[in-house]
Amino acid sequence: MTRPRVNTTRSISSVLTYAGLILIALFALFPFLWTLAISLTDKTVTSGVSIYDFPGSLFPKVVTLNNFFAVFRDFSLSKYLWNSVVISGLSVIGTLLVSALAAYPLSKLEFPGRNIIFTAILSTLVLPSETSFIVNVITLNRIGLLGTYWGVVIPIIATAFGIFLMRQAYMSVPDALLEAARMDGATELQILFRVMIPLSIPSLTALGIFTLVNTWNSYFWPSIALIFNPELQPLSVAMLQLKSQLNHDPFNIAAGAMIMMIPVMVIFAFAQRFFMRGLEGAVK
Amino acid sequence: MRKSNTIILAYAFLAPALILMALFTFYPVIYGSWLGFTDYSQKNLSGEVPANFVGLDNFKTVFADELFRTGIWNSLKYLLVVPMLQFASLGVAVLVNRKLPAITFFRAAYYVPVITSISLASVMWDWVYSKDGVLNWGLKFIVGVLNAVASIFGGKLEFDAFGWLNNPDTAIWAIMLVTFWRGFGYYMVLYLGGLQAIPLELEEAARLDGATPSQTFWRVTVPLMRPTILLCSLLSTLAAIRVLEEIIVFTNGGPLNSTYTSLMYVYSKAFGSKFAFGTASAAGLLIAIVGFFLSYLNFKLTQEPPDRSRKA
Repeated sequence: MTRPRVNTTRSISSVLTYAGLILIALFALFPFLWTLAISLTDKTVTSGVSIYDFPGSLFPKVVTLNNFFAVFRDFSLSKYLWNSVVISGLSVIGTLLVSALAAYPLSKLEFPGRNIIFTAILSTLVLPSETSFIVNVITLNRIGLLGTYWGVVIPIIATAFGIFLMRQAYMSVPDALLEAARMDGATELQILFRVMIPLSIPSLTALGIFTLVNTWNSYFWPSIALIFNPELQPLSVAMLQLKSQLNHDPFNIAAGAMIMMIPVMVIFAFAQRFFMRGLEGAVK
Repeated sequence: MRKSNTIILAYAFLAPALILMALFTFYPVIYGSWLGFTDYSQKNLSGEVPANFVGLDNFKTVFADELFRTGIWNSLKYLLVVPMLQFASLGVAVLVNRKLPAITFFRAAYYVPVITSISLASVMWDWVYSKDGVLNWGLKFIVGVLNAVASIFGGKLEFDAFGWLNNPDTAIWAIMLVTFWRGFGYYMVLYLGGLQAIPLELEEAARLDGATPSQTFWRVTVPLMRPTILLCSLLSTLAAIRVLEEIIVFTNGGPLNSTYTSLMYVYSKAFGSKFAFGTASAAGLLIAIVGFFLSYLNFKLTQEPPDRSRKA
């Protein structure tokens, strides 16, 4: 007699659990689903289609990709897309290079000052850096990089997170392997590029993906660093311009938003485990 | 010989990172503090004129400025998002910390707002919050249902739709909800990590001793999660007091300065119109001090009380 009752309680509780899970998922995903629906809506099919026609605007009757072409045509989206690609690409390469290099002596070489330097690098995590953007603008202006791609990129590529992540990866490489390589006459540079880096591909991948998504999405710093040169703005910054400029046409705005979001979603779909492992939280 | 080579090599490998950090991370903190005592402005940025030392003038200006006080007040108000965000994230983490079919899908879905750019969030949430938006549509629907019930008793509810970001009473709350939306998946992952580090036997033992699920949660899980809760609420407090991006993309401080936060003051002094870097840096220093104080407070509040640790 008790067993069926337990089963009933259990199934009721699992129905409630899933109801909760689905509600939270709707909260998290609704803005995307709506924006996606708007971006696919054929605005020409009937006069006066409104994005605010609920729940109709969630289920477009006629689906089209015209809005995507229109936003490329009416708003120079390809220019901003290219800027995003260049800035994110340079940031990823720069971060990987700087971190992979700096982490090697910090994990595998004995030299005076090692602990002080590592502590100094970690201390950047707690520095009051909320107004650093002001001085960085002055510095970039002085060295002539304000308003260039490099001006956006070089202040953000040396991070405690990246160096720490790579140091952790190198530390798991056995010392015996390095000793063997040294016996065979390998230089330290060769050891770094032939032994350490090939053995740390998963960490490099994780760091690359984080950097890519972060710089692709970042709004504040690029908007400051390119304040006098809007021509080089990435899509994340130009999105606000798109929002005000095409105010009358939410369909095209939605298409622009989707073009920016889709690459992130694709990366997330393939590299989900890197994000969900809470790696980012390890030091950030 | 070999040893000195190693030293040179070590510093050569470290050089790019150290130079960049010195120039763009450490130097701004030092030079930024100095700027707060100077009259640095547009003419110094464009020309080669050095800025003048002006003592505490900037601090006097900032203290006398009512906008700065508004900014501090609104930033403190913004801190209210922290407890809501932390409770919800921990709750969601507990909810998804189970072996259920499709649970990884839900975890991933909750993380999607975290990887959404703030500029995209502003596009999407502007529509949600607008006068004809989905929030008002939902509220109208609820009011309609309530009215159907209330009409039996002869009552009637009124609801006039308004733009949530255009109303000085609601704008800051609306933006806080977006912060919440973009944050709960992030903290969920951190809490999930903490939860999965708790030995299953402990919760099992509590259950066998007859503890209800809520007792197990409050008496076993929460105390063991204290370090994670401390870390998350600290991160969240510092992010809330430094809120700026959200404000810029949604309201730029308006309407009627109701969303004008402390860093908005720094930002608009520096890049608004006059490039008053001196005044902006002075305000930035004061905000950094508030930030330190809050971190300390947060640490004290979430620290384990000494008598309790003995009992456990």
